[in-house]
Amino acid sequence: MSNDEQGRTLKFHILKYDPQLEGDEPRMVTFEVDEAPGMTIFIALNEIREKHDRSLQFDFVCRAGICGSCGMLINGKPDLACRTLTSRFPRGEITLLPLPAFELIGDLSVNTGEFMRSMSERVEGWIHDQEQESVDLTRIEERMDPDLADEIYELDRCIECGCCISACATKRMRDDFLGAVGFIKVARFALDTRDKRTDEDWYEIIGNDDGVFGCMTLLGCEDNCPKDLPHQHKIAYLRRRMVKVT
Amino acid sequence: MKIIYTDSLIIGGGLAGLRVAIAARKRGYESIILSLIPAKRSHSAAAQGGMQASLAASVKSRGDNEDIHFADTVKGSDWGCDQKVVRMFAHTAPKAIRELATWGVPWSRVRAGDREVVINAERVTITEGEDAHGLITSRDFGGTKKWRTCYTADGTGHTMLYAMDNKAIELDIPVHERKEAIALIHEGNRCLGAVVRDLINGELIAYVARATTMATGGYGRLYSVTTNAVISEGIGTAIALETGIAPLSNMEAIQFHPTAIVPVGILTTEGCRGDGGLLKDVDGHRFMPDYEPGKKELASRDVVSRRMTEHIRKGKGVPSRYGDHLWLDITLLGKAHIDKNLREVKEICEYFLGIDPSKDFIPVRPTQHYSMGGIRTKPTGESIGLHGLFAAGEASCWDMHGFNRLGGNSVAETVVAGMIVGEYVADYCEANSLDFKTSTIESFVNRERKKIDDLIARSSGEEVYELKKSMQAIMMEKVGIFRNGDGLAQAVEELQALLKRSRNIAIQNKVRSSNPELVEAIRVPKMLKLALCAAVGARDRTESRGAHSREDFPARNDREWLKRTLSTWKDEADELPTQEYVDLDIMEMEMPPGSRGYGNDETIHHADTAVREKQIEELKKSMPNADRHEMQEAIMPYVLPEKYRGKNERVGVGYE
Repeated sequence: MSNDEQGRTLKFHILKYDPQLEGDEPRMVTFEVDEAPGMTIFIALNEIREKHDRSLQFDFVCRAGICGSCGMLINGKPDLACRTLTSRFPRGEITLLPLPAFELIGDLSVNTGEFMRSMSERVEGWIHDQEQESVDLTRIEERMDPDLADEIYELDRCIECGCCISACATKRMRDDFLGAVGFIKVARFALDTRDKRTDEDWYEIIGNDDGVFGCMTLLGCEDNCPKDLPHQHKIAYLRRRMVKVT
Repeated sequence: MKIIYTDSLIIGGGLAGLRVAIAARKRGYESIILSLIPAKRSHSAAAQGGMQASLAASVKSRGDNEDIHFADTVKGSDWGCDQKVVRMFAHTAPKAIRELATWGVPWSRVRAGDREVVINAERVTITEGEDAHGLITSRDFGGTKKWRTCYTADGTGHTMLYAMDNKAIELDIPVHERKEAIALIHEGNRCLGAVVRDLINGELIAYVARATTMATGGYGRLYSVTTNAVISEGIGTAIALETGIAPLSNMEAIQFHPTAIVPVGILTTEGCRGDGGLLKDVDGHRFMPDYEPGKKELASRDVVSRRMTEHIRKGKGVPSRYGDHLWLDITLLGKAHIDKNLREVKEICEYFLGIDPSKDFIPVRPTQHYSMGGIRTKPTGESIGLHGLFAAGEASCWDMHGFNRLGGNSVAETVVAGMIVGEYVADYCEANSLDFKTSTIESFVNRERKKIDDLIARSSGEEVYELKKSMQAIMMEKVGIFRNGDGLAQAVEELQALLKRSRNIAIQNKVRSSNPELVEAIRVPKMLKLALCAAVGARDRTESRGAHSREDFPARNDREWLKRTLSTWKDEADELPTQEYVDLDIMEMEMPPGSRGYGNDETIHHADTAVREKQIEELKKSMPNADRHEMQEAIMPYVLPEKYRGKNERVGVGYE
């Protein structure tokens, strides 16, 4: 741990706004925090709430970078706040804004849950197999190619944090644009041999301008995905596959 | 007053809660899940290592079956578990894995042929069978005779939770997010649902249901340092306790893990030490060989945690702003090994500590990890005191873990209990209509509203954050890894004082809608009650069993303590729980108490143990032609829902 990060006073500029409170107006508020070694934004925000502002709203659950609760704009970029060290900011100034494109709950807290549920419903993000319910669970499971299982896992690593949606320029222009989180789900289920849907079925879901043909390929999703998912590759792949359906 | 009716109300949207909801929904009962957060963000996602089930496909797991899984789990529990429940669990676990495979979990699969693995720090080549190619594989874990832990790379809990929630979405099961149950509603000893606070607008809503299931996870956040998510505060368990008639059980049984990073308490895998990593102190000295010359860093989890604590107490910890810690040194393993085999650890070190573990030591400390105790249930999952209240997963004391849980058995419990308890919840919905007086619902909602009104109205009083911190420090220091009579007596006294003070909390932020300080003020008095159950339980249990380790009573004492602790909170004005004890009947056990096989066995045995051993021996002799299933049935019959009774097929041995 280097010495120069001890003794710094950090300045947090945070958007404050509670839509539940009548007459409340969005505003930026600055809080000062003494930096500690290994300090994350998770630790700093809890300290701010406790010492300076008991009303400050933000969302953390696992605080280990795996649950996707704490996406926010950190100095302009969407990222997971829990695993962001304050030492990453040499000037000691950190601006925090709620993720755009989601309903604001208050301050830094946004409603990703409702968004992700409707995204799942839209792409029907579950295994479609009419035989599924009649599988005899006492019997040895159906075999799967080990490489295929690994490949599905790579796409299944999405934590639905919403960073891709917040970083998406197309989404800003088109309210109903599905976005990268939806495309990666489709790619995941399309790859899975247990899901019996055909390309025609997928076309129904993503074969239009609110789907994969609407993407302007600016790739904010690829640049800002905290899990480094292959968005660029999968969007291009889905497009090629969907073009063949038409 | 807003009232929402349903058949099956589930509080908690993790693996256990989702699976119970799915079971009831499939049987035709409307289910609503309440969750503090979106279901996919639940703490179930944090399980990385895997889920135990005796599928026996990998070459190192061949020969495994329910009997061996049962025996490992009972030993691991230090004979503190309910053996019939362990049987129910071990028999259903393979079905749970296979069900999740059809629902989309991309379980890692067996690849036929040679592969290199590390066993006892040496590189060994093992050969997987052609007949198992493409079946679900498994890895080695602590305390198991076979490689039984099925996994999805290093994201097992995540993929299980996603598959489960996706299934719930397919079945159109509503998840009411950002809702907190703050009290259970009951008429006499019949549970009718819960009073729920909307965390966004602050509204109080009565959810009224035929059956209510608590699946709210553990109570790790009673401690200042825990691997648990920030929502694991035990509130579901606490509101069951506050009914005065739903007992909690074994609240003193709390597991610690040796190597979580400091300060945030995120786990680094035991694999660091398995691969050759060392523990070092403030002087850079490798201290484990001083204490455990035989197994050194690779002594069992509870032993290592105890030794580390002892060493810190001697003043050999590394001081930091966040308290003393020790070092985990994996630099000797080299960059190539770390990049390839300890990728998660490397990422955790980079993101949370800003260090490179191939060059820098990792600051670690033993950390609270799992709550074996919880809402005491029958094998059906129903509370022993409150009809219509069920519990599943870590929130429950079902009780398959006794005083120590095996790695890989926690996510396994969530889905298996979800399947089994879910069936009994559906049975309950079938057999019981909803019959209640509206005035009952009203009186509970009014009671909770008044508490909140009082909190907001109080102009001066106690600081909630201060009370919480004090509680967490007391639990960490005095109800931790090592416990002793004096410390525990002090802990009880101090927690009691905090509980009294918590009745006079005053908050600064007076807003009724979304208000994090108000949330704390509602929760902290409840958490203090749980803390007192754990502290009193630990103080009074004058033996050491599993994770409950008494310096002044180091031996397991079956003669006096082969008992389950029950805690109730009879009256809101009480300052202590009412404790009772229930014997675990050796004469009903399939596996009478023996040695776990660590260190010298100093167990003080119960007289029934020898009697039961002899009885079982004679029974076995009298049935020379019985197969293992028939024999098990004769020794300790147990009940399972019809649909899960079938024998499990395995490669090479069929249904044997």
